[in-house]
Amino acid sequence: MISEIGHIALILSLTIALVQGTAPMIGAARGDGQLMAIGKTAALLQFFFISIAFLALMNAYVTSDFSLANVAQNSHSAKPMLYKIAGVWGNHEGSLLLWVLILATFGAAVVFFGGNLPPTLCARVLAVQAFIAVGFLSFTLFTSNPFERLFPVPLDGNGLNPLLQDPGLAFHPPFLYLGYVGFSIAFSFAIAALIEGRVDAAWARWVRPWTLVAWSFLTIGIALGSWWAYYELGWGGWWFWDPVENASFMPWLAGTALLHSAIVCEKRDALKAWTILLAIVTFSLSLLGTFLVRSGVLTSVHAFATDPARGVFILAFLVVVVGGSLALFAIRAPQLKSGGLFSPVSREGGLVLNNLLLTSAAATVLLGTLYPLFVDALGIGKISVGPPYFNTVFIPLMTPLVVLAGIAPVLTWKRADLYGVFLRMKFVAILTLLVVAWCLYETWGSTFLGTLGIGLSAWVGIGVLVDMGARVGLFRDRIRVSLSKAMRTPRSIYGMNVAHIGLAFLVAGITASSAWRTEVLRVVQVGETVSVSGYEFVFHGVEKIQGPNYSGERGHFSVNGDTRDAIQLFPENRFYPVQQQPTTEAAIYTSWRGDLYAVLGEPDAQGGWSARLYFNPLVAWIWLGALVMALGGAISLSDRRHRVGAPHRIMSGKANNRVATNV
Amino acid sequence: MMAPKRRRLYLVGGGMTSLGLAVCLVIFAFQDNLVFFYSPSELAKQPLAAEQRIRVGGLVQEGSVVSEGDGLTTRFRITDLSESIAVTYTGILPSLFREGQGVIVQGYLQSPESFVADEVLAKHDENYMPPEVAEALKQSGQWKESRD
Repeated sequence: MISEIGHIALILSLTIALVQGTAPMIGAARGDGQLMAIGKTAALLQFFFISIAFLALMNAYVTSDFSLANVAQNSHSAKPMLYKIAGVWGNHEGSLLLWVLILATFGAAVVFFGGNLPPTLCARVLAVQAFIAVGFLSFTLFTSNPFERLFPVPLDGNGLNPLLQDPGLAFHPPFLYLGYVGFSIAFSFAIAALIEGRVDAAWARWVRPWTLVAWSFLTIGIALGSWWAYYELGWGGWWFWDPVENASFMPWLAGTALLHSAIVCEKRDALKAWTILLAIVTFSLSLLGTFLVRSGVLTSVHAFATDPARGVFILAFLVVVVGGSLALFAIRAPQLKSGGLFSPVSREGGLVLNNLLLTSAAATVLLGTLYPLFVDALGIGKISVGPPYFNTVFIPLMTPLVVLAGIAPVLTWKRADLYGVFLRMKFVAILTLLVVAWCLYETWGSTFLGTLGIGLSAWVGIGVLVDMGARVGLFRDRIRVSLSKAMRTPRSIYGMNVAHIGLAFLVAGITASSAWRTEVLRVVQVGETVSVSGYEFVFHGVEKIQGPNYSGERGHFSVNGDTRDAIQLFPENRFYPVQQQPTTEAAIYTSWRGDLYAVLGEPDAQGGWSARLYFNPLVAWIWLGALVMALGGAISLSDRRHRVGAPHRIMSGKANNRVATNV
Repeated sequence: MMAPKRRRLYLVGGGMTSLGLAVCLVIFAFQDNLVFFYSPSELAKQPLAAEQRIRVGGLVQEGSVVSEGDGLTTRFRITDLSESIAVTYTGILPSLFREGQGVIVQGYLQSPESFVADEVLAKHDENYMPPEVAEALKQSGQWKESRD
């Protein structure tokens, strides 16, 4: 019964979305306030009904209602409660419902926070949002309905893939979707602005917070996915350039570019058409990611669906959205007058270069991801593009980007004095060179790329610290003066610097864990000691274990066994009888210096066990860096200048009048 | 300050340079980093250079998995049910690896009849069949719909 209510609520929200997509649009064109106001009511209603649908499905999972085909296929009564709830979005149908729920949440948030938006812009934004919702709701209802009944009702369900039964992965999809779908707001604002034919600093100020929210969530979502791959797949790696990873990485690259170009748009009234284009591209890449992952074009742990109808539907939707918005852009973009002028060496110039590098990087990832699909579709052969391609392309593109991030705080708007920049960076450069020299000394004989990466990381990190020191007059003014300067520094400055510190952590972690990782693969006997880059692993044997819904073996290693701070590692091999599926659980000990990582293999005839032991230096810095980046986004978001309208009430009021007279 | 035209020139110039750099990198990277996929039947028909890095996919032949004395090296045969090829792999096999399972191996041909793998891919659940393997089975005429 509850499931039927959910089903009806979903159908109702589709019809509401149809109204929301048309009425406010017509209202905005005619200047009819009543028609425009429908948009807000409809957005809230849509949120309400989709929430009901989502809660109904969650109820079915929690109560293990196997009369729903979706629940029977993906859940099991013996599953822990957390995974019953996470199971709602651990499958194709449920994850689509989560997608539309988040879309509706963002729609409602626009109504809630967008009180100061010009009415026509607000109406159009909500209408574009509704169009996206219509696409995804009809996709859900017509090709992947989570509320389909099953008869006869099975006694128990098939269970969730054990690989997905993991806290990291339970929260990976919601965060990722908050990112993907969050970019839909930037997209809707871009389309609405193109229809209005007006893009100004106020527009950029409205778009930026939404982009920041989406970007921060996407950053966390990708980090969670990579962390999961690191500890769950047991290969010691954290990024495999797998197409499904690339699918989330491309919108992130484009979104990062958007984040930076929106600053230029807001502060200097320049790069308008480019910012609009980036907003369109970023959301299109999010849609493409959904298409790649959900259509079954790529097979992976994500590809729940291999029904061709679904692939065709998403592809058609993608063509309509991308084609339509780019056509609109082509018609309207020439009318966007660009404002502020700047010289190539300036903060604007730096941000333009940042954008060029980021979009080039996104394009190369896109090519590497789609090329095998094209080759396959043309029947030339079957190929795969692996990590060597991406590493070759990525390192040269990212190196100048990171160098730029180090200089960024010093560049001034409009025109920067190159000599002055050199002078101000002198101190940073000397410190960086010291770090490089130390790194060369420590790692002499290994790869120079590693030293390059550490140098880049130090450059950004030291650059940020020196900039903050200079801003508050540290060591120059008295402490109280410095403190009050620190208090008066805008939050957005802190946000930028924190995010860039995150970048420094990320670069250091990526570099160290790829350049100086040690892997030892061998058969160990009980009592034997294996040395892995200075750490002595002692093998103590294997015992049988019995979990709530699995059975298996647990090995025991201790590291630095005789000292007081001995580290115990318990890698496991599990077998889940419901799915007839084995999994490998790596044992990981994390520290600042690096991770000790052990994987248990198979027993051999002489009573030994094969095992893989790793030392991954600084690997935890990768996820720490991503978290710090997202934190930077959050700090920037808390800047009062970003609170839509608050200090600009008068200005946006003026904008309203102007728009009203335009219409 | 400079004229809009001049600025546009810089922008376009910068864009072209960046794009050109990216294109060069892509071409350079594509040259030796594309890995082609072959089925055992295709390998039986056309000989390949030994240094070429390739992927081979099929089913692990029943009864073919043999562990070497060192406890780490495994020998098995990959079959598309009409042809098969011997594979040697040193390392811990993925937990889903077993006889009759669809797998993809990546590595080099040691001789036309034997393959040295440095990577064995057998992820996902037991119903999963890598699409390349399914295709190879279809081409060798051994595909049974009941597998799906």
